[in-house]
Amino acid sequence: MYKIVKKEVLNRDVILLEVEAPYVSARCEAGQFVIVRMGEDGERIPLTIADFDREKNTVTVVIQMIGYSTKLMGKLEEGDYFDDFVGPLGQPAPLDEKWERVVGVAGGLGAAPLYPQLRKLAEMGVKVDVIIGGRSAEYVIFADKFREFCDNVYIMTDDGSLGDKGFGVDKLKELVANGEKYDHAIAIGPLIMMKFVVLATKEMNLPTAVSLNPIMIDGTGMCGGCRVTVGGETKFACVDGPDFDGFLVDFDECIKRQAFFKEEEHECMMKIGE
Amino acid sequence: MPNMSMTKVPMPEQEPDVRNKNFEEVATGYTKEMAIEEATRCLNCKHKPCVSGCPVNVPIPEFIEAVVAGDFDKAYEVITSENALPAICGRVCPQENQCEGKCVRGIKGESVSIGRLERFVADYHMAQGIKSNPDIKKNGIRVAVVGSGPAGITCAGELAKKGYDVTIFEALHKAGGVLSYGIPEFRLPKSLVAKELENVTDLGVTIETNVVVGRSITVDELFEKGFKAVFLGTGAGLPNFLRIPGENLLGVYSANEFLTRVNLMKGYKKGEVPTPVKVGKNVAVVGAGNVAMDAARTAKRLGAENVYIIYRRSEEEIPARAEEVEHAKEEGVIFKLLNNPAKIIGEDGWVKGIEVIKQQLGEPDASGRRRPEPIEGSNYVIDVETVVIAIGQSPNPLIRQTTEGLETEKWGGIIVNEETNESTRKNVYAGGDAVTGAATVILAMGAGKKAAKAIDESFQND
Repeated sequence: MYKIVKKEVLNRDVILLEVEAPYVSARCEAGQFVIVRMGEDGERIPLTIADFDREKNTVTVVIQMIGYSTKLMGKLEEGDYFDDFVGPLGQPAPLDEKWERVVGVAGGLGAAPLYPQLRKLAEMGVKVDVIIGGRSAEYVIFADKFREFCDNVYIMTDDGSLGDKGFGVDKLKELVANGEKYDHAIAIGPLIMMKFVVLATKEMNLPTAVSLNPIMIDGTGMCGGCRVTVGGETKFACVDGPDFDGFLVDFDECIKRQAFFKEEEHECMMKIGE
Repeated sequence: MPNMSMTKVPMPEQEPDVRNKNFEEVATGYTKEMAIEEATRCLNCKHKPCVSGCPVNVPIPEFIEAVVAGDFDKAYEVITSENALPAICGRVCPQENQCEGKCVRGIKGESVSIGRLERFVADYHMAQGIKSNPDIKKNGIRVAVVGSGPAGITCAGELAKKGYDVTIFEALHKAGGVLSYGIPEFRLPKSLVAKELENVTDLGVTIETNVVVGRSITVDELFEKGFKAVFLGTGAGLPNFLRIPGENLLGVYSANEFLTRVNLMKGYKKGEVPTPVKVGKNVAVVGAGNVAMDAARTAKRLGAENVYIIYRRSEEEIPARAEEVEHAKEEGVIFKLLNNPAKIIGEDGWVKGIEVIKQQLGEPDASGRRRPEPIEGSNYVIDVETVVIAIGQSPNPLIRQTTEGLETEKWGGIIVNEETNESTRKNVYAGGDAVTGAATVILAMGAGKKAAKAIDESFQND
């Protein structure tokens, strides 16, 4: 059993949980993920690690209460437990200390997994900027945390309720057009957002890493459900990723595969009256 | 005077048209009377050919003799002196290639049904609910076992009996390995797997779930933590794909994913559990091993109308247990033999069909089986919405990638000394599918047992 030591409601759809998980906290690195489960027959839900504390033996995850199981997880409170919390899974993000200046582009929930990657880069002496996008002001998360080590924190909202109006990719284009120089980008967020960031960065010739979170069961290479085509080859996001070279990822295939169980998810959701 | 009936006492089974709609066990098991009757067919041969066919050397004639005498407790004791998981082996061993394959009665007529008798004895014992309280003298030596499948639990159980302090590390949330995630409920009830696991924990073995060795902790760290030996029973969990066009379409599963969704995540309880499984009306299962039969029969039970086994060789080369093939046919699975998939056809990202090429058998290949060769121009399409790829699994690379000095074959199998099952790393042993590639439960158990003996001997000599 894995105890929840802290819960924060970030907005109406998103919560942050800090969980006691000594095996994970001892070895995890930015970019890796965990699989969590609650209840006797609970679903295995992969979540990218948002933070960790090796002293306190805790790992922080951020959950978007979007499906049946994540909505149930939203009901967990401090002092409650996850039945299962396994990891760290996947490869650590390939961060390079030779990079001089990196820009992170986060869409919605993506700010959480992006955070430890940019913090690690800052610790390595790399200059970092971040662009955080959200539907509206309330969906922009982690901005203050990024301010602790980012030179510039740009906020973008679809409705202009915070920062500039528009998408994260618009800000990136604007920055580069105005002569800002980056030698690497990391984009994390919804697939469609990563797809459009990569379309733009390809034109700028700005190498871009993306983090994928496809449907999977075990997270150790066993089911193969997380297949993704990268540079024409089939990779397993769970063991070969979850971070990949964005220029090589077949986003359209990823988007289709994400919808595999949409119908079943709907049937399941009806049971909790949604 | 032995019972000279040429045939086995038939196994009571659910009717095919009933069972292909439920997940209850297919074979319901012998009664006492049936077991005794079948047991009297044993000739109690002096040279015991059956024992030589058993990877763990169960003293078969002795246990059968006890069944004849109606002393089922003694029969259980005899079996478990060599085999810790009789309820499982009685159900899933390929007896026809092992003990029963060597049975003298099989020369004319059918062999003695050793598997069914083993199952009866184990089930009888379980139903009595007798717990043995073994008096074990602990030696304080800690051994780590990685993986809680057949190899791991056998090795752990054997070592615990000898007094070792054993911890099993399991990556999934539930113990049992392939017994839990792979083999379906209708062939191996999970309540029974739980009981066999309980027998192991009753010996003092600790099972830690949610620990992925190679990720959560490394083999080197296990030694640093005070474990004196490590046994790797990590199985062959990495699914092989065909590498043909269309494999990433929606509706294509590895057999591992399909079966794990249904077995481990209980996807067969549709509407009651959150893990979904989508099966469609028409399903193609590629391959003809036990895993393929399990997937095909599972698809049928989930409501698929037409389920095809697509296999590039002929009936004779089918690697699955004879009983599974027979059961699959009875349940309405359609066998498309001498057919090899060429590509999976999609529409808007979803599977629509599978194109196959008819094959003919040529000269024997490296495996000794006649090589299937395509018949040019014989391609045709089978309309399906789901394709399950069941063409085998390879060992998972997580441990080999994180353990220096652990040598493996090119295809990933851990290299071991055949006498001791010790790997190229001192005090690191391995066995089961992690060494051999996907094989059987009983071979994995045999390897676990051999490694346990070698581990024990290594500490005796210290």
